[in-house]
Amino acid sequence: MNVIEIKSLTKIYNGGEVKVKAVNGIDINFKEGEFTAVVGPSGSGKTTFLNMLGGLDRPTSGEVKIGGVDVWSLSSRQLIDFRMNNIGFVFQSYNLIPVLTAGENVEFIMQLQGKPKKEREKRTRELLEAVGIGDRIKSRPSKLSGGQQQRVAVARALASKPEFILADEPTANLDSSSTTSLLELMSQMNKKYNTTFIFATHDQRVMDKARRIITIEDGKILSDEYFDRD
Amino acid sequence: MLFSISWRNIWRNKVRSLVIIFSIALGIFAGVIASAFFKGMAIQRIQKVIKTELSYIQIHNPGFEQTSDFTNFIVNSEDITQKIKQIPNVSGVSRRMSVQSMAASAETASGVIISGVFPEQEATVTNISTKIIDGQYFEGIKRNPVVIGKKLAEKLNVKVRSKIVITIQDLDNNITSGAFRVAGIYSTDNNMFDEANIYVRFTDIQKLTGFPMNAAHEIAINISDNKELPVILPKVKEITNNDLDVKSWKELSPEMNYLTEAMDMYMYIFIVIILLALLFGIINTMLMVVMERTKEIGMLMAIGMNKMKVFGMIVLESVLLSLTGGVVGVLIGGLSAKYGETHPIDLSMWAQGYQALGYDAFVYTVLDPKMLINITVLVIITGIIAAIYPAYKALKNDPADALRIE
Repeated sequence: MNVIEIKSLTKIYNGGEVKVKAVNGIDINFKEGEFTAVVGPSGSGKTTFLNMLGGLDRPTSGEVKIGGVDVWSLSSRQLIDFRMNNIGFVFQSYNLIPVLTAGENVEFIMQLQGKPKKEREKRTRELLEAVGIGDRIKSRPSKLSGGQQQRVAVARALASKPEFILADEPTANLDSSSTTSLLELMSQMNKKYNTTFIFATHDQRVMDKARRIITIEDGKILSDEYFDRD
Repeated sequence: MLFSISWRNIWRNKVRSLVIIFSIALGIFAGVIASAFFKGMAIQRIQKVIKTELSYIQIHNPGFEQTSDFTNFIVNSEDITQKIKQIPNVSGVSRRMSVQSMAASAETASGVIISGVFPEQEATVTNISTKIIDGQYFEGIKRNPVVIGKKLAEKLNVKVRSKIVITIQDLDNNITSGAFRVAGIYSTDNNMFDEANIYVRFTDIQKLTGFPMNAAHEIAINISDNKELPVILPKVKEITNNDLDVKSWKELSPEMNYLTEAMDMYMYIFIVIILLALLFGIINTMLMVVMERTKEIGMLMAIGMNKMKVFGMIVLESVLLSLTGGVVGVLIGGLSAKYGETHPIDLSMWAQGYQALGYDAFVYTVLDPKMLINITVLVIITGIIAAIYPAYKALKNDPADALRIE
């Protein structure tokens, strides 16, 4: 079943005299449970593509349907709620809320969703244990390593039970052992919860794990390949 | 969780937050202390006027106030006096004759208002008996004693036991005179009052003028507490059957009543000016906060925090920041003002100037809890106003742009 359906997605930036087509008419679908890497050199348009997919950056034209909903026809208010309930984000620089503990960071999004306290606390514990840092639930981000922070970020992204998780260069700030274990973790989560993961990356280690690799260059899809892993 | 995010955010930059908290606390402290000081000063002034000059309630014949005519007296004043004494919380009643006349010494003469009083009664209402600086209050002189003010004594150049002649009109409009001897000289803080008012025994002046024994021009009433005034005033009116002119000190001296209100108003203006100055400091701090956290706010909006909540978070942070300073200021100011209620502020260095205006050299502060609550509310409002522009700037962030910042 298609989780995401994209039709002729285009983004044009007006740089004064010159118009830059960052994304140039992409058509593509993502299925439930995918573990996909979007790759390409810097400036290829992959981050712009991901932002439009994630409801952060409005396309110049084209359509993004998530679970059958045309995302860019929503009002900005509806869009925020839509992101909250359907998309999980993992960022390159972790972007946790520094004044909240690991547990509170995970719980926060469920509170925004209006989930009852008991359910929030239970799921927070479950998720932090699942990502392997159940013992750091009361630690603030500044007391955690980069790898641990990114694990909290993954737990936070999963907390809202989203349709899919967008991860923009999630391993760029991590050393190789943290990268390996984070990828292992995300792969596990992908299987355990059947949550779709989409990465923007140029990290070879991520590509080696991905079961589908979409290569973008000059705002167009160059190749779209499937791999059998394990 | 919004609350704890906002609260913890304040302490991310401790020095910056403490500087603004300290300045708010200092401003509010100054406001609280100043208001307690000026309120104390006003209340002391009013108390003094009530105790020496006005008393809480006065009763007159309706005609007396317009003309001060000798014949406009209260006929059955003794009965009324006895009835008023029965009212709870009435601590003293004094009936008086009040006549405009001429007091003359061997050297010169001066126009005065003579109050013919029953000395013991009078002492329960006004505090002239405690203001004697020379001689005694109606004692030491057997026949026709008079108590006069210091200023008048200087003007007439008389001392204790000196003779002065008082010339008045009697009931038949004949001019009549009596010789009195100075028993005591009093001094209040009001020179004009001291020069114009002299006290003689009711019975002495009654004999001189043929005034009816049961009558009086004025009945002055003292009560235990100003708070009882609204209760006692109607009861007094009832006793007089509304035939007589019954007035509280507020009506007798509207400018005194206005004094507290005016002081309160000045203080609010003063505090609003302080808060206005602080407002810009808070706006500046909150703008820095929003600029520094552009990326964080972008992230919050990306993961699903709506604009209302982002706005609320920034307003809350600003309010908590202001309120922390405000509460510290109110507490320290309040405690200092409380201390000042029993430990007066000494202004004796400038006492002469103050006393000429009728104010005390020692000022006891008066802490008004209502004022503290109002100040706290004003601080909260300031916090909200200060957050509006920074919060508006934060909302203009585009999450996609904000997240690109490294």
